[in-house]
This record gives sequence, C-alpha cells and structure tokens, in this order.
Amino acid sequence: MGPLYPLGHISEPTNLLIGFFIGMLFGWGLEASGFTNTRKLAGVFYGYDMTVLKVFFTAALTAAAGLFIMHHYGIIDLTQIFYPHTYWLPTLTGGLLMALGFLIGGFCPGTGFCAASTGKIDGIVFVVGVFIGIYFYAFTYEPIFEKFRNSTFMGQVNIADWLGIREGLFIFIMIIIAIGSYIFADWVQKKVNKNKSKEELEDLGL
Amino acid sequence: MEKNLRRKYINPYLGGFLIGIALIAAYYFSGEGLGSSGAYKRFVIASIDAISHTYALNSHYSGAIVKAGNPLNTWLVFELLGVVAGAILSAAVYGRLKWEIGKSPKITNKTRLIAALIGGILWGVGTQLGRGCTSGLIMSGMAVNSLSGYIGLLAVFGGGYLFAYFFRKLWI
Repeated sequence: MGPLYPLGHISEPTNLLIGFFIGMLFGWGLEASGFTNTRKLAGVFYGYDMTVLKVFFTAALTAAAGLFIMHHYGIIDLTQIFYPHTYWLPTLTGGLLMALGFLIGGFCPGTGFCAASTGKIDGIVFVVGVFIGIYFYAFTYEPIFEKFRNSTFMGQVNIADWLGIREGLFIFIMIIIAIGSYIFADWVQKKVNKNKSKEELEDLGL
Repeated sequence: MEKNLRRKYINPYLGGFLIGIALIAAYYFSGEGLGSSGAYKRFVIASIDAISHTYALNSHYSGAIVKAGNPLNTWLVFELLGVVAGAILSAAVYGRLKWEIGKSPKITNKTRLIAALIGGILWGVGTQLGRGCTSGLIMSGMAVNSLSGYIGLLAVFGGGYLFAYFFRKLWI
C-alpha cells in the first residue's frame, strides 16, 4: 500500500530517484502542452487560447479522482501523505500577488523553469525575477512577513468537509464544472479568434 | 515540415491527463505533491547557507530547514531537476530547443523582458507568502481536496481575470 516512501517500503535514494522521473513526466507534459510559450499561458486571461484551463483542470481532477478511488480500494492511505495547512488570508494575498505576476510575467514558476530550460530568454529573465523575489522575502521575512504569514491558521482543512458534503460528491461536482468550463472555453476562444488570421492561430498551435 | 512540428502541441486533455498521472505517482510513491516554488526556496536557502551558515541557522525563514540537513537534499529539488530534463527532452523531440523571446508581436523585446522580471519578482514574494505556486499550492492541493488549494485557485485565476484588463497591452 502507498504512499511507499512514508510507509517505509522504499529507501530515501530510491525515493529521490523516483522524484526525478516523476518530474520528467511533469516537465514533458508541461512542454508538450505548449507551456513554454508565454502567449499560450497568458491567453487564458484574454480568451484567445484556453489551453491552460483545459490542461490544468484535467490534471488536478484526474489526480483527485484517481487518488480518491485508490484510497477507497486501499491502494494508498491518504492520511499518510503531505497535506497542506490552510492559512486563508496569506494564501489569498499571496495568490493575488501571483495573479499580478502571471499577467505581467506571463509564466508561473514551474512553466517559467521549463521555458528557461528550453532556451526561452523571457523564461530565463522570469526565473531570475522569481529568485530576486524570494531573496527579498527571505531577508525581510522577520520584520515584514512572518506575523502575517502565520495568521488565520485553520489547520488541515478538506474543502468537502468544510462545505459539509461527501468527498466523492465534491469531486463529481468539480468534474461537471470542469466539463462545463471546457465547453464554455471553446465557445469563448472561437468568438475571440473569429477575425484572426490563419498564421496567427498557427503561431499558437491552435 | 519542421516549422509545423515546432508549433504542434499535444491535445490539452492528454497533456492534463499525463500531468495528473505524474501527480498521482508523486503521492503514491513519495507522499508528496508536484511543486516548483518549494525547490526555488531550497536553492535560495542553500545559497544563503553557503555564505553564512550562522545567519541561515538563526533566520526564522530558513532556520528549521538548515537545521534538518542539506537544504538541497530533498524530494522537490530532484523533482524539479526531472522537470528540466523532461522539458528539454520534449522540446528536443518537437524541435523547439532554440533561443527565442516569447511575446506578443505588439510589444518590444525590452518591454517583454522587463515585464518578465517584474512578474517573476511578484511570484517570488507571492509563493512564499501564499505557501506554494500553481503546482504546489493549487494543483497538488486540489488533488487532495485541500481548502488551501481552492483558495489559491480563486486568488490566482480569479485575480487574473479581475486584473487582466489593466495588462492587456502586454498581450493583445
């Protein structure tokens, strides 16, 4: 039964090596989906390329449904995995900074790293920016951020529990919402790109 | 032929499925989600530790991590190295390994690079305050139905749509 490393079924070096190969699959998926192309990423906010929404929702919900089923059949014990604590206000505030960073920088840290690795100069500059931001945070942590970051602590909160519904139902509802959003996204993208030239669309790989 | 392949991306649902499988594998083998800002943090802490071990040890930001051993000897760092390898491999297969600047044709290279730097800085601060990025906080959080993942989703994508109008000239 999983998770294998936390339950002591595999050694630490094996775990790190597996991490490398899992990362490879992740990196392949990001690159092959076009996420080193900054215009494809920003497109989700302007409607001309909705790929991000499709890839992102599909990935998160594939994993949510898969893990739920695996837990149900005793293949993985989800009480033994890393489960994040919720600090709602710092996460909301940090998230808004990230939203601005997405609109201005055109990447997120994972896609930016992929872009930088594959020769995108804007990706390299973006990654340098992320490091500058983290150094700034690290050196000003105690006077500026520490108190706020640790505020509004809620513990390990499962959203289905929080909403008072069963976990399976929550995942089912999210899948329905995702499918609805795919249809809506296709409709928006078609409308926005109606007057675009063939070359313009080919440049985005659409 | 090569030009066509260069802009050929896989079906987004297949791409999402592959990443979802990678995420399931991460939890199954290692009990961890996929992330990237966590690995950036480790690189920063390792560099601070290399310059002044005492400072890194006493800082509330890095103390606990430095005390636990080598900051780089962690799953997330190996995972991010794998991400680099996977991205390079995929780009090589599709003929996309080349130096270029991605941007809207309506802005200059200089504008794009300045914006990329500023955007990166915002991400740097935002991920540390918010406890993760699109992958570590949101996607991995959503995979285990964590409330924090959904707060991140609301803030990053909701905020993105809220502020998109003000930055439209960078993209459209």
